[in-house]
Amino acid sequence: MTSDAYNDDLPVPAGANELPMPSRLALRNITKQYPGCLANDHISLDIEPGEIHALLGENGAGKSTLMKVIYGLVKPDIGTLYWRGRQLTIADPSHARSLGIGMVFQHFSLFETLTVTENIALALGTPAREMKALGERITDVSSKYGMALNPDRLVHTLSIGERQRVEIVRCLVQEIKLLILDEPTSVLTPQEVDTLFITLRQLAREGCSILFISHKLNEVKALCDNATVLRGGKVSGNCKPAEETPASMARLMVGDDTPISTEYAKAEGGEAFLEVMQLSKGTHDPFGTRLNNINLQVRSGEIVGVAGVAGNGQEELLAALSGEEPVKEAGAIQLQGVAIGSMGPADRRRLGVAFVPEERLGRGAVPNMSLHDNALLTGFLTGLVRNGMVVGAKVDAFAKQIIDRFKVKAAGTHSEARSLSGGNLQKFIIGREILQNPKLLIASHPTWGVDIGAAVAIHEAIIGLRDNGAAILVVSEDIDELFLISDRICALCDGELSALKATAETSIEQVGRWMAGDFDEQDDSLSTKRAAVTPIHAQGKADVQAENRVC
Amino acid sequence: MLKMERRQSSSAWMPYVSPLLAGVLTLISGAIVFSVLGQPPLYALKTFLITPVADSYGIAELCVKAGPILLCALGLSVAYRANVWNIGAEGQLLMGGLAGSALAVQFTDSDSVLLLPMVLICGMAAGLLWAGIAALLKTQFNTNEILTTIMLNYIAFNLLQYAVHGSLKDPHGFNFPESAMFADAARLPILWEETRVHLGIILALISSAGVWVLLSKSFMGYQIQVLGNDERAARMAGYKQKRLVWFALLLSGGLAGLAGVGEVAGPIGQLVPQISPGYGYAAIIVAFLGRLHPIGVVLASVLMALLYMGGEMVQIELNLPLALTGMFQGMLLFYLLACDMLIQYRLRWVSPNVGNLATASD
Repeated sequence: MTSDAYNDDLPVPAGANELPMPSRLALRNITKQYPGCLANDHISLDIEPGEIHALLGENGAGKSTLMKVIYGLVKPDIGTLYWRGRQLTIADPSHARSLGIGMVFQHFSLFETLTVTENIALALGTPAREMKALGERITDVSSKYGMALNPDRLVHTLSIGERQRVEIVRCLVQEIKLLILDEPTSVLTPQEVDTLFITLRQLAREGCSILFISHKLNEVKALCDNATVLRGGKVSGNCKPAEETPASMARLMVGDDTPISTEYAKAEGGEAFLEVMQLSKGTHDPFGTRLNNINLQVRSGEIVGVAGVAGNGQEELLAALSGEEPVKEAGAIQLQGVAIGSMGPADRRRLGVAFVPEERLGRGAVPNMSLHDNALLTGFLTGLVRNGMVVGAKVDAFAKQIIDRFKVKAAGTHSEARSLSGGNLQKFIIGREILQNPKLLIASHPTWGVDIGAAVAIHEAIIGLRDNGAAILVVSEDIDELFLISDRICALCDGELSALKATAETSIEQVGRWMAGDFDEQDDSLSTKRAAVTPIHAQGKADVQAENRVC
Repeated sequence: MLKMERRQSSSAWMPYVSPLLAGVLTLISGAIVFSVLGQPPLYALKTFLITPVADSYGIAELCVKAGPILLCALGLSVAYRANVWNIGAEGQLLMGGLAGSALAVQFTDSDSVLLLPMVLICGMAAGLLWAGIAALLKTQFNTNEILTTIMLNYIAFNLLQYAVHGSLKDPHGFNFPESAMFADAARLPILWEETRVHLGIILALISSAGVWVLLSKSFMGYQIQVLGNDERAARMAGYKQKRLVWFALLLSGGLAGLAGVGEVAGPIGQLVPQISPGYGYAAIIVAFLGRLHPIGVVLASVLMALLYMGGEMVQIELNLPLALTGMFQGMLLFYLLACDMLIQYRLRWVSPNVGNLATASD
């Protein structure tokens, strides 16, 4: 199959073209119908050699389906695909790879217990005797494109950013002509994003086409030559991002009817409500993160944002705060002076804590249960249960109230949770927690994978709760979101928390440094320790963790 | 060609149609089996399914057999809703029968009205404790309850054999492996003269109503269903998982124990080596066939009782082996699980589509 890729390098003979000017990739009228959902509706798209092309759109707009069509994972019902001027059907991903199409998925497909070389060899089908040559090629390619990578490292010791490099290098060691990147920046710190963009621009200069799928408009504007915007499975517009503003591109994504939020007033907050003091916690998960001396304070009437790349201790911190995994020292977590560290989730709820987990389906809501039943899931403390019996009428009224107040689009309270779109279900879950009038709301990735309209509604609801005097803690990977809604901000890295600073007094660059573990302006002891650790960090996160354990 | 595709949301009516469809497929397969065995299929099916209940005696026997199956299946429905896979109803039933007998044989001359309630409570407690062993192992040591409950079934069976050949054997029983006959005060009263229908069927129906209230109306039942559907949601909401597992296992154990003591204090009247023809195992099928819902379970346990009687009838009338009962039970469960696919999936006819697979090297 690899020889095909080289054949493909030869000039296309005259007369073989079916289009007058062969694009690298041209799609015409691609249509894909899923049961109850027209995912792609006559989509046409052209990508030229060396072009960085953005595919923009909200969740459910059809981006994923379209890239799966290009990568041979999904066969379109109608429509034609021209690869370098020739019409063909891509049979499967290995066919796509042999053509020179590479794809980096949002969720990496790497074996954590294997080395970088072994992972790439698995994807390429490299025989064992050629492993050494492959290792050298990986080193060559990664240094050529400024993505330092040691081919002999085990994948589980790599940071998320490094794992993404493995995925990209896996595409680059082949003869790559089109690289598809699905939301590549969502797992990176702002500084890592800059490095990635340098690599991508270099690739494009060498003639590789790049299809960049994202909903982060600032990044699209900074990187891409052209953009195709999808809405509801259709192309809603084409533009040159450099000539647009993020707001005008957002308008193309959501249509004219949806409000797009821009700014919210910041708040000062009153007395400290939640106090986390010297919280340290081990982990059962071999790939989990140890929490190390976390100190955090959330005041009533303010929103505190916790930034950080996933896997730096967010799950462990949230589990400790929600009570799903209580901590031994009860005093490490306090609500207005009451030690709650050893309490379970229900007891903490009784004290006014509400929790919105990261996963909507399968944690925040039971997929196969109705909205009626899902309203009861955490609402059971608000008079919906009397003498151990569920008061059905009250539960129904509560579910209806959530649906009405938060404009949840659902057929009724009997609809199964899994039948709702992500945005609507998230509005339901946030609504369920907010209508219980919590004194503290802990929300994890509240707008992850949610459409812009729903995200605005959720942000407004959270701000409204804050203005009513509740303390709010938001953990998110989306740094733009945190700057939009939080009053104070900090970042998690390797299970340690940076200082907490007013959002207005910091910058994305500074928070980006915190996310990478560069905690400036800490107290002296910490900063000297960090100074010793930082140079090692450049080699890899695992080394830092080892160092921390020694300390 | 037929294609299986996932439904957008679960079918509303398929959960009810699926058991009927499974029943029809079982009948068809049964007819084929009978004709292979050299019997006229329709006559054999009639002998298997209709003749047993063609008279009032048959109806009465149906109630006698459906009672213990229903009690076991009700408890299992609650456990299965919590994702607690209690396969040990048989063992819990045997322990209930054993413990109830152990008490009853101490008072073979008593006429106290307290004796029967004490015997029943003793049997329930034994089933409950037997399931409690599995609950303890699961909650403390995270053992798999499927394995522990099955193993406890064998232990219970051998304990019963030991008792009936040893300490509980009737000293005046000519060395037969049987206990002494219970006093009348320890027996469940007969409800229908001239038949064996006893109070046990009423207890089973009351239990059905109780389980319905538990599952449909109570917060405990709601929590059990959340735990079974989505353990992470239950943890997020702060439900006490271990307590729910304990509750589900103890309830199913207690009801199975009641079924067991109901057999020895009901139709049998003494402890014998065979107090159950596999009611505890049949109840697993009944629980699923009845959609883990009390009303469905009532209907399914009547059907299961009929299969037991039909097996005996074809043995008597057509000289066919009793194993046919087990085969029909197996087919029913097999077809049910297959048809249940259609709750989440649907079949769609798609015209065979030959894609024009162009290759790269043209």
